[in-house]
Amino acid sequence: GEEPQEPPAVPSLVDRYFTRWYKADVKGKPCEDHCILQHSNRICVITLAESHPVLQSGKTIKSISYQISTNCSRLQNKVSGKFKRGAQFLTELAPLCKIYCSDGEEYTISSCVRGRLMEVNENILHKPSILQEKPSTEGYIAVVLPKFEESKSVTEGLLTQKQYEEVVVKRINATTATS
Amino acid sequence: MFPLTEENKHVAQLLFSTGTCPRCIFRFCGVDFHAPYKHSYEELLNDMQKFLKAEKDELILEVPNPPLKKIRLQELEDGIDNLSQNGESKISVIEDGSIASPNSNLNVNVCNVCLGILQEFCEKEFIKKVCQKVEASGFEFTNLVFSVSFPPQLSVREHAAWLLVKQEMGKQSLSLGRNDIVQLKEAYKWITYPLFSEELGVPIDGKSLFEVSVVFAHPETVGDCHFLGKIFPDCFKPAKNKQSIFTRMAVMKALNKIKEEDFRKQFPCPPNSPKAVCTVLEIECAHGAVFVAGRYNKYSRNLPQTPWIIDGERKLESSVEELISDHLLTVFKAESFNFSSSGREDVDVRTLGNGRPFAIELVNPHRVHFTSQEIKELQQKINKSSNKIQVRDLQLVSREAIGHMKEGEEEKTKTYSALIWTNKVIQKKDIEFLNDIKDLKIEQKTPLRVLHRRPLALRTRVIHSMETHYMDEHHFRLYLKTQAGTYIKEFVHGDFGRTRPNIGSLMNVTADILELDVESVDVDWPPALDD
Repeated sequence: GEEPQEPPAVPSLVDRYFTRWYKADVKGKPCEDHCILQHSNRICVITLAESHPVLQSGKTIKSISYQISTNCSRLQNKVSGKFKRGAQFLTELAPLCKIYCSDGEEYTISSCVRGRLMEVNENILHKPSILQEKPSTEGYIAVVLPKFEESKSVTEGLLTQKQYEEVVVKRINATTATS
Repeated sequence: MFPLTEENKHVAQLLFSTGTCPRCIFRFCGVDFHAPYKHSYEELLNDMQKFLKAEKDELILEVPNPPLKKIRLQELEDGIDNLSQNGESKISVIEDGSIASPNSNLNVNVCNVCLGILQEFCEKEFIKKVCQKVEASGFEFTNLVFSVSFPPQLSVREHAAWLLVKQEMGKQSLSLGRNDIVQLKEAYKWITYPLFSEELGVPIDGKSLFEVSVVFAHPETVGDCHFLGKIFPDCFKPAKNKQSIFTRMAVMKALNKIKEEDFRKQFPCPPNSPKAVCTVLEIECAHGAVFVAGRYNKYSRNLPQTPWIIDGERKLESSVEELISDHLLTVFKAESFNFSSSGREDVDVRTLGNGRPFAIELVNPHRVHFTSQEIKELQQKINKSSNKIQVRDLQLVSREAIGHMKEGEEEKTKTYSALIWTNKVIQKKDIEFLNDIKDLKIEQKTPLRVLHRRPLALRTRVIHSMETHYMDEHHFRLYLKTQAGTYIKEFVHGDFGRTRPNIGSLMNVTADILELDVESVDVDWPPALDD
């Protein structure tokens, strides 16, 4: 995760302008938690939650790929004009990228919200370590713009920060109980 | 002097006998000097009758064919008879619903061509009525432009009368083009402009910003146009802002297309005589917009530049534009305003220094003449009313001059002061390198905070210079001079790495911006005024 620092005198940039939403165990895969940062202007930034396996100590990212099938790459996404014509449309289950780790594991990151793809973060392709160093800012995965009329409903199935923390605590308790 | 001559007699007689007024007869005879139109209606009627009576005598003497003479005489007398029978029955409904009887001493038949426009609507009584409305409207004006709108069917009637006269002249081997006739609007101006000017005591000037407009309608004859719609449906397409498809322009277009014989089949030539004169739909006064410019300071971090409304709900109770414009609206007695400025600042950003240039368009102002002392007092009034904003260099400007303000928006530089927070502990030496960076090119993707309403783009901007003031282990003040259009907040925190380089990446820390002030907007318009 991010290196521990003194808390700022004011809430961070993300805390000031964004609401954090979470989805736990995405696609039924244990601990593959995502975090969606929704700006007050409805824009969503898709990131990895702190608890995601990729962010656990000892993990090394070998590569990241936005090629989600043989004929679809998120890198081909182009938007034009004020109304962002030409954007790829994403359902909440739509895959955004695949992360390959040196231990042979691979993880698929999903959109988690319905909307149109604005951009993907190409910086993490060249320097995958930013994903692990700053997962909730510079290491974001993608930016999604929900439909105006769905700006509230897109987060309905997601967990709040408090609910997410409860899920993580329960998970830890369950692990300690069984071990 | 009576303007018609021997050669006009046939036409004059024909028109007069079919219910056309003397002034319209002048028009169709091509009388293109003003004086004859200005005579009183009674005088014109008398003179016309005398003129035509002379013809009657001449006819008896000269025309060798008695039956024709008799028919003509009969027609003429019928026409005069008609005049006295219907003269008293005419009333018109004025726009506010009241009934106005026409000038009762005018024993007038409503003209079948102008529908009363060159009759009672040229009379002093009507002019006075319009002028009373103008005076009551409360506008301040030193000249005026007068506009008048006639019902579209007048063009149809004009066309019918033209065909009639053209045919009559053809018998004498004479021709009559559309342009040989004096336009109704022209004749109306000749008669009424001097009267309006005299009554209001100001000149009529086509360039005046003050406009008085009179709109006439004639409900009784609206059906006149309908046959054109059947023949030329293409000319009459419904338009959003038009109540009827039969606009004057569309009717004119159809009349230009229609063949003479088709028109004659559909519409009587001469047109029949109407019962009533036109009604006055509206008498409206309006003043063209005037512009006020100045510079404003914004001292509050809770004040948006323009009203901040989300989902119909106000987020904050006031705004810069309202704090300034409300006073202007009152003093200029304007209907509404449009605020514009050289760029804008966020709700939490202050604008200090000499302030930001702005201009306000005042729509339909009732008062427009102010001395520079009065404008100065207005500025003081604005400044006393709020401590969140201050205004300087307030002045009246031309519409064209506003362009200078928008030119500056892209080209000029701006200076800022920002309070920066760093996650890592910093020493004075850690920030000093920023002072040495000159004309740093940065690439900014459209910030996430505005991406929902602006196109996604990557823009290059220049940070001309920076100056740092160390404060403590986590804070310093950064003064920046940048190209206009640079997103300063994003240059500091990096916007998820979407602005590069940024203060965080340059210093290898996580940086955030806690406060931002605009120190100057380097646009030299409007001109500075001394206090």
